[in-house]
Amino acid sequence: MSSKSGRSINIYALTWRLPIIFWQFIFFVGPVLFMVAMSFFLVKNYRMTEAFEFVNWSKMLSRGYFWDSYWYTVFIASVSTTCAMCLAFPAAFALAFRASESTRRWAIFLLIIPFFTSYLVRTFSWFVILSESGVVNAILGYIGLGPYTMLNTNFGTLVGYMTLTLPLVVILQTVTMANIDKTLVEAARNLGCRPLATIWQVILPLSKTGLIIAAIFCFILSFGDFVAPFYLGGSQEPTLPILILDTTKSGQQWPRAAVVAIMMMLTLFAIAFTGIALAYRKRKGAK
Amino acid sequence: MKANRTLNVILGIYVALIFVFVFAPIIFSMIFSFNSQRFPTIPLGEFSTEWYAKILADPDVWEAALNSLIVSTSTAVIATFLGFCTAYSDYRYNFRFKGPYLALILLPPTIPLIIMALAMLAWFSKIGMSGQLYSIVIAHSVLTAPFAMAVIRLRLNQMDPDLEAAAWNLGGSEWATMRHVIIPFCKPAIFSGLFLTAAVSFDEFAVSWFVSGLNKTLPVIILEIVQGNIDPQVNAIGTFVFLISMTLVVLAQVFFASRQLKSTRT
Repeated sequence: MSSKSGRSINIYALTWRLPIIFWQFIFFVGPVLFMVAMSFFLVKNYRMTEAFEFVNWSKMLSRGYFWDSYWYTVFIASVSTTCAMCLAFPAAFALAFRASESTRRWAIFLLIIPFFTSYLVRTFSWFVILSESGVVNAILGYIGLGPYTMLNTNFGTLVGYMTLTLPLVVILQTVTMANIDKTLVEAARNLGCRPLATIWQVILPLSKTGLIIAAIFCFILSFGDFVAPFYLGGSQEPTLPILILDTTKSGQQWPRAAVVAIMMMLTLFAIAFTGIALAYRKRKGAK
Repeated sequence: MKANRTLNVILGIYVALIFVFVFAPIIFSMIFSFNSQRFPTIPLGEFSTEWYAKILADPDVWEAALNSLIVSTSTAVIATFLGFCTAYSDYRYNFRFKGPYLALILLPPTIPLIIMALAMLAWFSKIGMSGQLYSIVIAHSVLTAPFAMAVIRLRLNQMDPDLEAAAWNLGGSEWATMRHVIIPFCKPAIFSGLFLTAAVSFDEFAVSWFVSGLNKTLPVIILEIVQGNIDPQVNAIGTFVFLISMTLVVLAQVFFASRQLKSTRT
């Protein structure tokens, strides 16, 4: 039977192989390629006409507000990634090395729930909690602090980003570190390595790949999210996703929005490739 | 030794704080939905079901709920079917261009939703499929199929590679083996995939908002209310949405875990 897998067309094999190819070519590759083509289209009298002009590119890339928005988005997404990685690390460390197998499993089980649960409503909830007369300021008021303005600031945006990314980052870091060979960590300790040095010289290098992948995901999520900067950050400085939103929804300037989207994708590809190259780079022999 | 214990306590408190941060918005949203105040804060106002009465009386919310139900169930079926086909192809066959083939299904979730939303909107307008409920279903199945594929692929990993061959040797055709051996073996993962993809689709708002036209789903209604001002109705709809998606994710995980327990037992 298994000799059937020769050159001849195997209907059984194709039945399982072809559906996704058709589906993704029509509804995934198609849209993405069309968006690239669209960035060269023209808009006249609010109607899009197919063309091959560089007008949208030159218009967008020569505008100061595009680059302001670009660098602000790169900046805030980097800050978000740094915060998420640092905030998650102690928790992931505790879950990976100090918790029992079943505690760890429960913790991951619980963290998966919010990750797949309405991010939009969770953000709105933060909006109410962080507002001038909200819960946080009320609690701070009891101990004589505040009120602080937390909405419409970078802090607000970051709270939103953490809501989105923290569960995922904790999960990825925990799984990565839980898979480290524990005997190596113990060996380091037995050889007199101090705890912090153990983390720095043994645990971090061993979990490098997983940690970098967690950071990449965190960056992609923060970079592409419009809800947190819009509702919690007040979009005073619009991020690129907000720029896409405004250009598409109000201006009908789809081609220009496509330019922004392509610039975002190129940036993310560059970051992901750099990250993956770093993650899988062989460590230079024992120094 | 003592220092070690103090450290454990501190780390334990830290983990608890992370969980508080992660679950605070969900819990507060639920509390606020029963609170009479328009701008909820501490101390809480009186218990009230006013916001629930309001959303239940709103025909738009009912229509959106029905749309969400249709979209997420249809998405779940299509995405899980696609995910199963791809997972099985990957498990069973080696072929040229397998890398790009897998990239085709796995890439969509790594692209920001706002970009997918713009691309889908433009493409659907181009091919005359925009503004319909099925546009959302198609877009969501592209986005969620990888989750179903991952869950089912992990299940196939646990299958004894000789099982399929044994069935063939006993005279079963490939199709019969699929029906009587592989699909039953994958059943928990298939359910898990159905629930997970339904949950993701049920909560997705960016792509839905762009391609839905006038057929709004629940998250799109929430998005539009939120753009106005603070409106506690959102907490009531939100609580409902939380309960549904949390149930779906928990079910997905229970099915996913149940099979692991079973397989360790055998």
